[in-house]
Amino acid sequence: MQPGDLSVILPEIILSLFAMAGLMVGAYGGKDKTAPMLVWTTSALMVALAAWIGLQGAGRAVAFGGMFIDDGFARFAKVTVLLSAAAILLMSEGYMQRRGLLRFEYPLLIALAAVGMMMMVSAGDLIALYMGLELQSLALYVVASLRRDSVKSTEAGLKYFVLGALSSGLLLYGASLTYGFAGTTLFSGIIEAAQGELPLGLLFGLAFISAGLAFKVSAAPFHMWTPDVYEGAPTPITAFFATAPKMAAMGLFARVVHDAFGGIVGDWQQILAFLSVASMYLGAVAAIGQTNIKRLMAYSSIAHMGFALMGLAAGTAFGVQAMLVYMAIYITMNIGTFAFIMSMEKDGAPVVTIASLSQYSRRDPLKALAMLVLLFSLAGVPPLVGFFGKYYVLLAAVDAGLGWLAVAGVIASVIGAFYYLRIVYLMYFGAEDSELDAGASPILSGFLVASAAIMVLGVVNLFGVEAVAEAAAATLVN
Amino acid sequence: MLFDNLLSIVTFIPLIGAAIMALFLRGEDAAAQANAKWLALAATTASFLASLFLLTGFDASNPDFQFVEESEWILGLTYKMGVDGISILFVMLTTFLMPLVILACWDVTHRVKEYMIAFLVLETLMLGVFCALDLVLFYLFFEGGLIPMFLIIGIWGGKERVYASFKFFLYTFFGSVLMLVAMIAMYVDAGTTDIAALLRHNFSSKVLDVWGFTIIGGLQTLLWLAFFASFAVKMPMWPVHTWLPDAHVQAPTAGSVVLAAILLKMGGYGFLRFSLPMFPIASDLLADFVLWLSAIAIVYTSLVALMQEDMKKLIAYSSVAHMGFVTAGIFAANQQGLDGAIFQMISHGFISGALFLCVGVIYDRMHTREIDAYGGLVNRMPAYALVFMLFTMANVGLPGTSGFVGEFLTLVGMFQANTWVAAVATTGVILSAGYALWLYRRVVMGDLIKESLKSITDMTSRERWIFAPLIVMTLLLGVYPALVIDIISPSVANLLGGYETALADYAAENMIAANGGGN
Repeated sequence: MQPGDLSVILPEIILSLFAMAGLMVGAYGGKDKTAPMLVWTTSALMVALAAWIGLQGAGRAVAFGGMFIDDGFARFAKVTVLLSAAAILLMSEGYMQRRGLLRFEYPLLIALAAVGMMMMVSAGDLIALYMGLELQSLALYVVASLRRDSVKSTEAGLKYFVLGALSSGLLLYGASLTYGFAGTTLFSGIIEAAQGELPLGLLFGLAFISAGLAFKVSAAPFHMWTPDVYEGAPTPITAFFATAPKMAAMGLFARVVHDAFGGIVGDWQQILAFLSVASMYLGAVAAIGQTNIKRLMAYSSIAHMGFALMGLAAGTAFGVQAMLVYMAIYITMNIGTFAFIMSMEKDGAPVVTIASLSQYSRRDPLKALAMLVLLFSLAGVPPLVGFFGKYYVLLAAVDAGLGWLAVAGVIASVIGAFYYLRIVYLMYFGAEDSELDAGASPILSGFLVASAAIMVLGVVNLFGVEAVAEAAAATLVN
Repeated sequence: MLFDNLLSIVTFIPLIGAAIMALFLRGEDAAAQANAKWLALAATTASFLASLFLLTGFDASNPDFQFVEESEWILGLTYKMGVDGISILFVMLTTFLMPLVILACWDVTHRVKEYMIAFLVLETLMLGVFCALDLVLFYLFFEGGLIPMFLIIGIWGGKERVYASFKFFLYTFFGSVLMLVAMIAMYVDAGTTDIAALLRHNFSSKVLDVWGFTIIGGLQTLLWLAFFASFAVKMPMWPVHTWLPDAHVQAPTAGSVVLAAILLKMGGYGFLRFSLPMFPIASDLLADFVLWLSAIAIVYTSLVALMQEDMKKLIAYSSVAHMGFVTAGIFAANQQGLDGAIFQMISHGFISGALFLCVGVIYDRMHTREIDAYGGLVNRMPAYALVFMLFTMANVGLPGTSGFVGEFLTLVGMFQANTWVAAVATTGVILSAGYALWLYRRVVMGDLIKESLKSITDMTSRERWIFAPLIVMTLLLGVYPALVIDIISPSVANLLGGYETALADYAAENMIAANGGGN
């Protein structure tokens, strides 16, 4: 280790130290009384770190002998992860507070998960990859069962843990095969070994690693945990699951396939294309019958991951750029949507049935309108920004000669449009009157309206995210 | 120049009106409702007045795009707008009809503000479709129109509105996403999304082999089919027309007018802007297919229209039949056919819009669209009987009305392309007289015997003023069609010139290939 190495991972170190210090304050201070303060400081720190990372400019730094890579791609992913985590934390404070769930561990676990995610997207080595992944996962297992007195919440945590352990096992098995046949765990070494005709062991390694990562991004057929965990976990936690970890896992996926297996695009392209098609169709079809809006969002996220994987499947720099743009848009939409779901309450108790939204537009026209925009954007209907995400990945797929994948994708998006429309239909022309309470905390309404406004105004220039993503993608694929 | 951004001004005035309404109008009381209506009327009228500058500034002898605006957008896309002889009249049609549409929903009391916003947003999107000169920009406007229309049918529609709105949305959405993939393929092939540049680009027509299927016309055929999927649904052509009667019946009157008068024209406009000039080889290969589909549509939907018991449904089916003339005229691919198709679309915009308004007039009074519920209206509503008579005749295609010119020209064009199709289609003219006159007899003529109709009142002055401009346009274009033809002909001739050159090149290539193979 060289002293310079530490400066490369300084943001991660700061966040980890903060989490540890926060634990001390929480444990010896006022216990849960410190929680609101910790939520605010954690999010403030995250935003500050995101600004710092985002403003670092170009350049690539490698630390710990290639195990940790800090490049434009990693920075893009980190900024997205940190900002979305901070947003969710802020949104969740009031919700958790009123339900007695605001423990001081909560913001700190989120911070630790964020450290894991930052580690993931910067990983340059199989060991580093696994370390980041497990740090993230362990924190997430705990927050999933944060509501200790609820059967569903504990069940969600347990289910997530068991299936997550299984996927980690798959991933480790793949990593060990890769190590055995490539002779190194460094991505820069693997890419030299994985060229041309591949030894069978390396191919198996690739397949197992892909399976493990597919679990983390909740791509079909490794999606089984998603609906149950989404349903069981408290809504803010679900919102967190749907945003930051997805970005981190997609970033890690992109890093592995390009940095480690960039020489054999043809081999993993098939795997990703299959995952993509399976996710898009499963997400679209299975969501139709849902009555719980959190389960519906779980299937929706599976379908969206299918589209993001389509960009990755293209195997080009443009494909990675498309994936990054898609993820940024997806996360923005989800933050708004979950802000809405968190505000669905009746007499102060959370409601998650879709049917309860009937005629909601009469009760609260502004929030209904914002949700309408988000739903059409999620469905990918132009001129909303959600369409541009789809347009990018489709363009990447056709450009890479995967025309069939693009056709399959757009048909899935038509099927998927149905269930988004159903919510619009309930809110605007449902039969009964909504029983939900009107109004919400200003923070939730603010995030909801801001997210919807971005979906409308972004059509002008996507807020420049395209150029940033292009620069980021260029550092990964060359 | 002062009017450098004239097209954008015309297009976005309604949207600005909608934004003002959404941000600054508060309250649900009568005053707020009246404000919303007046603001909507002002915005649509302003857009119409601005579009008059377009018409006066338009150089009809120039077949190129005019009033072109271009600026950078994202990802190599450009914000490019412009009109030529083919599109300008659709722009005019839209701006002309929208103030009338707003007037037609003056009596709405349910969520007035949202209703007006939906129509204003819809107008911007419809105008954008006809002005866009960038593929993706076109798609944005084309698809975006689904959202307000979905809400208009769903919120303000009839009893079965949920079913109708979903069917409308999913049908058209499905058609257009295939077009989206084709557009992306075109971008990848040509490296640009600029429509003017794509019109000059030659898409490969080399025979392709896809999964064991030999595709004559190659890439062109595949792209053509994808575009066809979208425009045929939008048009709508038989057999994918089934969403239209449902949507029409359930939509509120103003929604039906917009749907029939303007939204249906997007399909025909798409054929003219994309299918024919960009994929000439494929268009030629598949022309007979389209011609026969159109002939079937004309006869079949006319027969179906005969048997309808719901007035709106009858007019909806009649629209499908009339759109059959349009598609046949377009794919006849000659001057008369294309001129006739565009003329027919413009004239159908006035006539079908007016017919739906006619239904709206009595629906507002009796709240039923059943033909059986009426009869003998002439006794109490003479002015209404006269107006309805005029538009029934125009719908039939009586000489002297604009309906005749369009049908006649398309039939002339069809006759040159495929005599049999023309012969079959001509029976549609007779059938249209059958259903339209029968409808008129059952609703308006006879004695007024139904108790419920005894107190029905004639048209109010507002309703008369809505019909007046439509009557003028229908008769004016009927006796002096050159008003329209002079504007469209140069652009159509230009389009056909390119089309025939491409076909000749293709034939010559095949000749050389055949000869080369022979040696």
